[in-house]
Amino acid sequence: MSLRRIAILVPALLFATISLTAHADAAFEMRLKNLEEELRCLVCQNQTLADSTAPLAQDLRREVRELAVSGKSDAEIKQYLVARYGDFVLYKPPVKPTTWLLWFGPFAFLLGGAVIWFVVLRRRGRRSGNDDDDTPSSGGHDGNQSERARKLLDESPDH
Amino acid sequence: MKTLRNLLPLALFVILVGFLWTGLARDPHEVPSPLVNQPAPAFTLARLDDPAQKLGPADMKGQVWLLNVWASWCVSCRVEHPLLVALARSNVVPVIGLNYKDTNELGRAWLADNGDPYQMSVVDADGRVGIDWGVYGVPETFVIDKNGVIRFKQIGPITPESLQQKILPLVRELQKS
Repeated sequence: MSLRRIAILVPALLFATISLTAHADAAFEMRLKNLEEELRCLVCQNQTLADSTAPLAQDLRREVRELAVSGKSDAEIKQYLVARYGDFVLYKPPVKPTTWLLWFGPFAFLLGGAVIWFVVLRRRGRRSGNDDDDTPSSGGHDGNQSERARKLLDESPDH
Repeated sequence: MKTLRNLLPLALFVILVGFLWTGLARDPHEVPSPLVNQPAPAFTLARLDDPAQKLGPADMKGQVWLLNVWASWCVSCRVEHPLLVALARSNVVPVIGLNYKDTNELGRAWLADNGDPYQMSVVDADGRVGIDWGVYGVPETFVIDKNGVIRFKQIGPITPESLQQKILPLVRELQKS
């Protein structure tokens, strides 16, 4: 290999490795950022770990980074924090018996509302069905009453 | 049937008020710790008074003890400190201090100024042991039983009420067993 070839090859290889590691770093940083956005800062409770500047959040970010570097998966890192701080560190609460009401309650309410709506509509439909035929029914607005009303109107003096 | 249906909205309202009422009485900053009734996380840390010597929960096995997390920069630690000093004088239960994210100089000076209620303090300079113990707001106090299991966690400063009504009765009960 000539000296000139080496002079070209070495910087090229160097550049390739640098850009490759830079790419891997960017992906890693992205993963950490996404993970930190799913975790809650315990000091300022409505901020994510990614957003918070609290000293504890900095420590926890450091801890998360070290765990990720050591090869732990996102689920393992979350489990590590849940074991110490409880489900509260997760922005998205896990589905389990104690959180069923939280997860499914809104749907249960929606279903309940739909049932009430359906029942009310059916009852109303049945009642207005009675109005159409001219058989007298107890109370309400029926055929006989409209007849009487018409008669009364006809009898009025200004007619 | 009709009156029952008329009472339904009132019943729902009462239930809602019940939920909101208990919600008001709760402190959202008190996150229940999953570590209560779990073995105390192990550590071996240097002592504040003599960094050459180490101490960990394993050394406290066989007795009921308190771990109090404190720091010289922690304002509410000053609030609870007289209570701890009085507790130390009564000799009821040993208190180990965890000097959390502090420097040894400031920590020692703070104890010299405010009194040292601790059997000894250990140094957690970078807060890693604090994370293992789920510490998120200093001061915090843990009650650990003879088998090394955490039985209670006080978040924030100890108050005369929490000491008399919760911590001391629990300590006495655990010491009997």
